[in-house]
Amino acid sequence: MTEHSDASAQTGTFAVKRGLADMLRGGVIMDVVTADQAKVAEDAGAVSVMALERVPADIRRDGGVARMSDPALIEAIQEAVTIPVMAKARIGHFAEAQILEALQVDYIDESEVLSPADEAHHIDKWPFTIPFVCGATNLGEALRRISEGAAMIRSKGEAGTGNVVEAVRHLRSILGDIRRLTQADSAEQYGWAKQLGAPIGLVQEIARTGRLPVPLFCAGGLATPADVSLVMQLGAEAVFVGSGIFKSDDPARRARAIVEAAAHFADAEHVAKVSRGLGEAMRGEGPGSLTEHFADRGW
Amino acid sequence: MSVVTIGVLALQGDVREHLAALGRLGVTGRPVLTEPDLDGLDGLILPGGESTTLSLLLASSGLFDPVAAVIGAGMPVFGTCAGLVLLAREVRGGRPDQRGFGVLDCAVRRNGYGRQTESFETTVELSGGPDEPSGAMPAIFIRAPLIEEVGAGVEVLARAATPGDGELRPVVCRQGSVLASAFHPELTADRRLHQLFLAMVERSVAVRREPSTVAG
Repeated sequence: MTEHSDASAQTGTFAVKRGLADMLRGGVIMDVVTADQAKVAEDAGAVSVMALERVPADIRRDGGVARMSDPALIEAIQEAVTIPVMAKARIGHFAEAQILEALQVDYIDESEVLSPADEAHHIDKWPFTIPFVCGATNLGEALRRISEGAAMIRSKGEAGTGNVVEAVRHLRSILGDIRRLTQADSAEQYGWAKQLGAPIGLVQEIARTGRLPVPLFCAGGLATPADVSLVMQLGAEAVFVGSGIFKSDDPARRARAIVEAAAHFADAEHVAKVSRGLGEAMRGEGPGSLTEHFADRGW
Repeated sequence: MSVVTIGVLALQGDVREHLAALGRLGVTGRPVLTEPDLDGLDGLILPGGESTTLSLLLASSGLFDPVAAVIGAGMPVFGTCAGLVLLAREVRGGRPDQRGFGVLDCAVRRNGYGRQTESFETTVELSGGPDEPSGAMPAIFIRAPLIEEVGAGVEVLARAATPGDGELRPVVCRQGSVLASAFHPELTADRRLHQLFLAMVERSVAVRREPSTVAG
């Protein structure tokens, strides 16, 4: 047997970046602020955790500038669990992203939940080895993020509210436009590209395949197993649950129920069974009462 | 068009790609979410995903014991990545409460190739016997399990150099009716491992129907 060199092994290719998103499909990614919460999430069956200093509901309450988490916190969470660990960088803050890459987090969320660092530009995500997920409220935004190198798209929803209405709006907008785009002829596709502010190549690809070239997950305001069932039936391929778990009465139980709902989202009897007696969900807020909409951040 | 039906465990992970791969081979694939979905299956695929999540959902859905029973009864099973972890006899670096089927005599280390920054794509050499796939195959490794030891009864169908130390280690193994790969054949266009599994399934169906006419 001859010794092969590993010269042919390539890290950070798009297939490798998007591959991890594919492995998370059907799962729940949970926001955690301590190593103990990360363990609760893993015990409940989370496919990944998002390491944060404050969940969005607290960021909203506290105000001020929200930044990347302390590396020590991220490392403590990486030590505590065996599942992938994600962390957030501010929109456009490529230096925070470089630091997260150096910490070897598994996915970077370039997130509107943190205070944007650049009012015009998102991070150029192609040079990174580590994959990025970005939020989107509509198809044009999703395609701009993909053209910058995002390997996963999530709806923005309205993080920290416990209200699913914005996530539903964003999902319906993205998926509805994809359905309409598949009906467009080749000339109309140029019109779509112009209207969406998106590269024609991506528009043509979606017209042909009827789906985004990367997985589409749902985030922002999910609080109950029923919310998860709703967005997965609408077409989300996995869910992020932030404040909804650790701002509820019984986080371990709610986390477990939400994992069950993601796996069995089309089975109403199963979702009914796991929804029983979960205690109070996070109290939540309607979008009308918000002074700041995180979803408006990003361009 | 093959007449066999192959199930894909559909609790979590990249189920769609496996179903699509089966479809391209002309095979009916069936997502498996509950025990009745196992009825009439000729083979079962355990996809990639998070093995801790899959192990938990297998237990809560009541699928763990019935799946263990069909595998024990000789139904061919194909595990990719997390699926390999579920099939391995020994799992290192896993959670102590993580349950698996333990039907493939090997020891695997979860995420043994490292975190996502170390995930990679490469080319592996298939070294199958006569009428079995051989030659180069593209392979995508995502936080993949590292096969650290294999037992005497395990055939190694492919090896690949491990980035870092350059050591050749097994990446595709077979033991009887159990096939497993550390990488994701469902994520590339090369269908040879799915074809190999299909051949295992068809052979097992033929043996079941006419045991006397098929040479051992």
